[in-house]
Amino acid sequence: MSELRQFFRSIGDTWDSLPQNVKRGIGVAALVFLILLPFFFTAGGSFIDNATRALAYAVMALGLNIVVGFAGLLDLGYVAFYALGAFTIGWFGSGFYAQVNHQKGIHVGVTGVVSTLPGIHLNFLLVLVAAVIVCAIFGVLIGLPTLRLRGDYIAIVTLAFGEIIGRVAINGDSLKPFGYAVTAGRQGITPIDSPDLPGLSEFGPLNLRPWYWTALGMALLVLFVNFRLRDSRLGRAWIAVREDEVAAASMGVPLVRTKLLAYATGAAFGGMAGAFFAAYFNTVNADQFEFSFSIFVLAMIILGGLGSIWGVVLGAIVLSYINTYFIPGPFKSLPHHFGLNFDLTDLSFGIFGFLLVIMMVLRPEGLLPERRRKLELTEGIGAGDVDLPLEVTAP
Amino acid sequence: MSETAPQTVPAAATDGPPPAASGQDNGTILEAGGVSKIFGGLVAVDEVSFAVPRRSIVSIIGPNGAGKTTFFNMLTGLYKPSTGWIRFEGREITRARPDRILAAGMARTFQNIRLFATMTALENVMVGEHARMRAGLFGSILRLPAVRKEEKAVRERAAEMLEYVGLRPNHFHQMSINLSYGDQRRVEIARALASNPKMLLLDEPTAGMNPQESESLRQFMQRLRDDRGLTILLIEHDMKVVMNVSEYITVLDHGEKIAEGKPQDVRGNARVVEAYLGKQTGD
Repeated sequence: MSELRQFFRSIGDTWDSLPQNVKRGIGVAALVFLILLPFFFTAGGSFIDNATRALAYAVMALGLNIVVGFAGLLDLGYVAFYALGAFTIGWFGSGFYAQVNHQKGIHVGVTGVVSTLPGIHLNFLLVLVAAVIVCAIFGVLIGLPTLRLRGDYIAIVTLAFGEIIGRVAINGDSLKPFGYAVTAGRQGITPIDSPDLPGLSEFGPLNLRPWYWTALGMALLVLFVNFRLRDSRLGRAWIAVREDEVAAASMGVPLVRTKLLAYATGAAFGGMAGAFFAAYFNTVNADQFEFSFSIFVLAMIILGGLGSIWGVVLGAIVLSYINTYFIPGPFKSLPHHFGLNFDLTDLSFGIFGFLLVIMMVLRPEGLLPERRRKLELTEGIGAGDVDLPLEVTAP
Repeated sequence: MSETAPQTVPAAATDGPPPAASGQDNGTILEAGGVSKIFGGLVAVDEVSFAVPRRSIVSIIGPNGAGKTTFFNMLTGLYKPSTGWIRFEGREITRARPDRILAAGMARTFQNIRLFATMTALENVMVGEHARMRAGLFGSILRLPAVRKEEKAVRERAAEMLEYVGLRPNHFHQMSINLSYGDQRRVEIARALASNPKMLLLDEPTAGMNPQESESLRQFMQRLRDDRGLTILLIEHDMKVVMNVSEYITVLDHGEKIAEGKPQDVRGNARVVEAYLGKQTGD
């Protein structure tokens, strides 16, 4: 284990010692490589499929990382934003509301067959913006009741909200404000409009390359925002709140505002990824918004390293590949080799749990730890002791 | 005040502060009237009134558990007073949020140092400048020229502040948890000063310091007052520091104010001696 640690450290040191323009060159080369990658694989093949999912999961995980990693607010209901993002595209990018505008539909920025269909059809980019706005608002709403709480209690409240949104998704077909159903219930909303983006060829089940590029673009955007925010006034305030809420408030950090901004930003990215997934899977299936999804994304950021941006990306890619490639693929029939009569897919969450336990024993700070967390976990520094009953969090 | 604290404190002080007297108010930076804090049945602070003159150094002393830190926490907004009012710079801040109070110009340190453990010394001080900065969410994402400029200025000011409190430059980028105890105290004071306060509240700043360190801190406090025009309110147990540095002293015992005045007056006060040494019985 120590050799491995040494190896990681030597890579880190080598990278740090490189001159700025060499680093930039490597970055550009990596970017070009990622853009050209799909051309080496079949357009409808599983490689691009897995890569696309991994990138979309990275967007999810980077969003949750802002809430849990940066601001230290343990959110167990992140699936709520996956659901809300997915429903945003269900509402604004499908034939779900077929009755609007006398069955003629509303169309903004869409071409081809879609522009003749009934229902609300906004361009994918507009849908993403709508998902960001809807989720940011709900992020704040879900954040509000947690403001007076700390630690585990925040987790319980967010967990409950995740469950509420999931239940509403399943039963929303009988919820009809103004005569329009909120969701399609277990039936699901399908089909979802394929994105219609300038410069990209047709999105479809047999041509996954544009999906990959869209996911890559979203991941790069979210990465960029993460880096910018981490090294900003707001990022410092988040870490200060995580480390010691009382001291942060006394040093002029407005707790309510700072925490709500974390919730809103994290939720916005979850919504973006949710809308993308819904379009990619071509359905908004109410049954997929389960608690286990929240845990899946949380496991990604813990595996990669809470608060560490590159760590979170790595964690998302690793878990996504284990989930979509290794478990249903090469390892699927592993139990049969031992004379056991089940598929490995039945055990997915057991495997993730096992991985987390292994991580906690061998490398609790994550694969690519943030330097702060590493200090906390290896040298026993508690973040934010709770000896003062704070009376300041009421909005 | 009665010797037996009433179980239910009458809401006598809810009628708010008297209107600020225009002429003399210039001399008073902080005023508190009838401030109490009741935790369940425990009266931690009992109807304490006091005033701090501008550009003075004032100490609050008292035995352990006298309610000094609770009183501090009410002044800085961490606790909301059960009764009474607090006015800073002529503005009422009785139930204001801590970040608002800091922005109004009152910064503090803590008895048990509360630095952001895994942030560097410099980052800690930069957080102290939060209230003075303007960068918002979108400005930070786009890193607008104004934000970039502000970030640079804040970084420079933070470094200056650390130099001012005497932290060695090679420690600026150390995580605060790795700094020595004395340096952590310095960083905490620098973090409080970073908000450019008018008044500084220090909660037992010399705790754990040796006599030389205490003496240099005493000189530092005087320098802050003389060079920067700061008003300093401190809780302190080191009587040598208290008697040398303070212009006025307020003594708390069991949550009540039992004496106040100039150091020489307080030193000879019978109730103060009693609070610290116990009542003489026998003859």
